[in-house]
Amino acid sequence: MGELKIKDKQIVVPGEVLAEGMDYLPSAGTYRNENDILSNQIGLASVSGRVIKVIPLTGKYKPKRNDIVIGEVVNILMSGWIVDIGGPYSAMLTLKDASSSYIERGADLSQFYTYGDIIASEIVSVSKTKLIDLSMKGPGLKKLKGGRLIDVTSSKVPRIIGREGSMITMIKDSTKCRITVGQNGKVWISGNNVQDETKAVEAIMMVENESHSEGLTDKVKAFLEGK
Amino acid sequence: MAYTKRFDGRKFDEIREMEAKVGVIKSADGSAMFRMGKTIAIAAVRGPRNLHPRFLQNPEKGILRCNYDLMSFSVNERKRPGPSRRSQEVSLVTEKALLPALNLDDFPNSVVDVFVQILQADAGTRCAGINAASLALADAGVPMSDLICAVATGIIHKDKAVIDINKEEEDYEGGMADTPLAIMPHSGRITLLQMDGEASREEIKSAIEKTKEACMKIRDVQVNALKKKYGGIKDEI
Repeated sequence: MGELKIKDKQIVVPGEVLAEGMDYLPSAGTYRNENDILSNQIGLASVSGRVIKVIPLTGKYKPKRNDIVIGEVVNILMSGWIVDIGGPYSAMLTLKDASSSYIERGADLSQFYTYGDIIASEIVSVSKTKLIDLSMKGPGLKKLKGGRLIDVTSSKVPRIIGREGSMITMIKDSTKCRITVGQNGKVWISGNNVQDETKAVEAIMMVENESHSEGLTDKVKAFLEGK
Repeated sequence: MAYTKRFDGRKFDEIREMEAKVGVIKSADGSAMFRMGKTIAIAAVRGPRNLHPRFLQNPEKGILRCNYDLMSFSVNERKRPGPSRRSQEVSLVTEKALLPALNLDDFPNSVVDVFVQILQADAGTRCAGINAASLALADAGVPMSDLICAVATGIIHKDKAVIDINKEEEDYEGGMADTPLAIMPHSGRITLLQMDGEASREEIKSAIEKTKEACMKIRDVQVNALKKKYGGIKDEI
């Protein structure tokens, strides 16, 4: 019979045996070695039914289709822009997907986005060789002007957003900042004054540092109201 | 004269006091320090990241590059900074020792860079370096099937195996075959095995078995260090 070696939500390290026997199934972040299921990385073990997976706690962003990402324009080509979205691969924004309005052939592309511009965009495709295509067509996808950009670990983005956006809505409402969170771990914050922005940054850092502690929402709420 | 007692009074299968710390270099993607007695190694991992020059890129999977070096003040006689014949060799064996555990299929055309520096050398530096590098890779979130544990064993001809030798023992006049070994603890697979000296086939075989047992103790130290950083252990171990 199969035997579970770990508890749900336990921190595991590479090479740690999660379960023995064929009753359990390995999912993301795990692999099977003969009779055992082992962890592939540092993370939180998660058991749902027979399926075991490990949610990573560290590591570079892995681009996925339909992710909203924040990136910096690093190059302008004949037919589009190259965007740095963090991680080992840069992404391509083509003319077709760059704007909802029509861009004429031979137009000066730097009129739209130029070097150093920060843009929020959506990943439309990721090929096997990690060629990434972006699109700017969609709600909230635009050039981000002003404000500040901070980096967080991409695996903690779901905690920053919270269940159905509860965490980020709370931070937005309390600090009156406009915040855009990219799945690649880049967070753009723009507020009415420096104090508001700083407070939002501190709140987000707090979520990142204590991402897996109990009652995090209440802690952040207390922090936002206390100051 | 038989080798009946060790210079520092340890048992023959006893490893030096070990200490491991994860996340010592903030700017790196992953980093670790590993100390075995007086030997201290630090490792930093950067990547997976874009690889240049392009001709090194592999479109099927990412590659690993290791760089090992001694700090100029780490040894008694000042070590001239910069690459040397020895450091190139150790860089290469470190790379080959770590690679079997890594799974870089998800990172085509990219590179994972590992930098190992020895702060203080008292024999067994490549093993301390591999231990630190393995922790740093795990800290960087690179997918890896297992940690790598390494320790150097001395084989005295027609006598016994001495686990985790220090510099004094390495220089023993009676002849000490220095045998660094790295394993993947779960499968027991050997990823590094070198030998410098004279020993018979049987002596090597029994030394390997003893060294593997010692490696399991190293794994415990590594696991504790990782869990300490990522919150698995609340207080001091």
